[in-house]
Amino acid sequence: MRNRDTLLAALALLAGWEILALLLNRDILPAPTAVLAAFASQLPMPLGYHFLVSAWRVVASIALAVLLATPAGLVLGQYPRVNRFFAPVVYLTYPIPKIVLLPIVLLFFGIGDASKIVIIFLILFFQILVVVRDQASALRPELLYSVRSLGAGRRALLRFVYLPATLPAVLTAIRLSIGTAIAVLFFTETFATNAGLGYYIIVDTFQRLAYAQMYAGVVAMSLLGLLLYFVVDYLERVLCPYLFAK
Amino acid sequence: MNPHSRGGGTAALFCLPLAFHIAPHIIERVNSQKEPCPRFSAAIRVRFSRMIEIQNLDFTYPGQTTPLFAHFSWRVERGEFWSVIGPSGCGKSTLLHLIVGVRAANGGTITVNGESVPRKKNRGKTGLVLQDYGMLPWATVRENIELGLRIREFYGQSPPSPPPSRAGKGAREGIRSRPRNNARVDFWLDRFGLATLRDKYPTQISGGQRQRAAIARTLVLEPDVLLMDEPFSALDAPTREDLEQVTLDLQAETKTTTVFVTHNIEEAVFLGQKILVLGAPPHRSPVRVVENPGAGRAAYRDEPAFADKARVLREMLTSHA
Repeated sequence: MRNRDTLLAALALLAGWEILALLLNRDILPAPTAVLAAFASQLPMPLGYHFLVSAWRVVASIALAVLLATPAGLVLGQYPRVNRFFAPVVYLTYPIPKIVLLPIVLLFFGIGDASKIVIIFLILFFQILVVVRDQASALRPELLYSVRSLGAGRRALLRFVYLPATLPAVLTAIRLSIGTAIAVLFFTETFATNAGLGYYIIVDTFQRLAYAQMYAGVVAMSLLGLLLYFVVDYLERVLCPYLFAK
Repeated sequence: MNPHSRGGGTAALFCLPLAFHIAPHIIERVNSQKEPCPRFSAAIRVRFSRMIEIQNLDFTYPGQTTPLFAHFSWRVERGEFWSVIGPSGCGKSTLLHLIVGVRAANGGTITVNGESVPRKKNRGKTGLVLQDYGMLPWATVRENIELGLRIREFYGQSPPSPPPSRAGKGAREGIRSRPRNNARVDFWLDRFGLATLRDKYPTQISGGQRQRAAIARTLVLEPDVLLMDEPFSALDAPTREDLEQVTLDLQAETKTTTVFVTHNIEEAVFLGQKILVLGAPPHRSPVRVVENPGAGRAAYRDEPAFADKARVLREMLTSHA
């Protein structure tokens, strides 16, 4: 039912676009059919290549952020004393729009993949850190007592309580950050690089006035976001089935 | 050289007659003891009869001035069923937490089955059943009941009471014990009428069913002590009475030492053959205990003795409020 609704919405969007393109009848708004044709013609190379480069950068950033922010959040959530020490730091740095740090990140990490991964990582890291911390500190003491009474020490509590308890929050944080992550990725890819969907859209097609290909790039970038969204949804369904139990 | 040792020889000479004088008495005393090693066997006797022993317990919550327990001593013998009653906030739950070892005392000693509490790692043999929130919300009923066994596996410990021939075979033993663990979990699922609900999540079952699962989860580990912290106080009256009966039946069946904390006078009288009455903190020795030998039978609720005991308790509680 839900899948069918998503499909219908996509079709409606395409139909609206087609009608608008017909009405406007200008080359800066090609019809979806023309864009799809361009998309198909560009698919293995160069569009597929740029798609993979961008996907790698986002996925690597997400993986890095999850791997570093989850343990850090668990520590802050479990040790109020450590949290009291770091809370002001997190409080100060959390609202900074990380994208303005880009020049600094570029200076430190160069213009390759590393700087792009680091800037997205910075955005995701704080999102995940905060939700994991809050989730871990909000666990009911009764739950911890009863699991400890079953013989659990610190490691078993981590494995059987803290990790499963924070997993949905991590997935939600990723889902909420995907949009920002891809927006930032797009921005970083528009200069000083020769690979990625941002480069393809702005440098390779927009500046050559290749409108159909440019739109194909926009579609590819949207698909990247959508795909990541679906992956997170799927992971949630597989890893947290209790959220869907009725 | 040490001057004392130089004079050792003369001292021995002087002491010798004294030694001859005392020795027969010592020999006589040793002979009078039937057992070969009196102190050791006395220790064993104590270990086998006393399940929970609290001596001179001191406990104050951090940041508070009034202690909850001040030189509090209490003893529970093996196989006994105790009710602990007292007003809300009097420290009943804290007492259980101290016995389980999730909180540490400021002073005094607590031993459970001869082992001092708390130890570095929880023994996993003291079952704790709480009012609510004890179930993992992300795990099914079956996974929740399995939890203690999986924690043991996680630490590479063998499951409870492994056959002696197989003991100490390490990882292989762990794998081979899986079917036995499964059988154990299935047994308790059946025993508590949860077999059809095994794949449900805690939010999908009723409060009474959740508490059955919570009890089953501790019994899977074959605990030597069962501590219950107002486990039925959130349930409606019929479910509550049903589960009280289940608890009595289980205790009669397994003879597991049980401490049942409640603020409900009728529940305390119906269940506990001995009742520990706590008033306002700090709690000190001697403790107030009401003997309640009639408890343990379903019919007790309708007998005059039941109402009498309830009245005694009510008076004790109101006089100290």
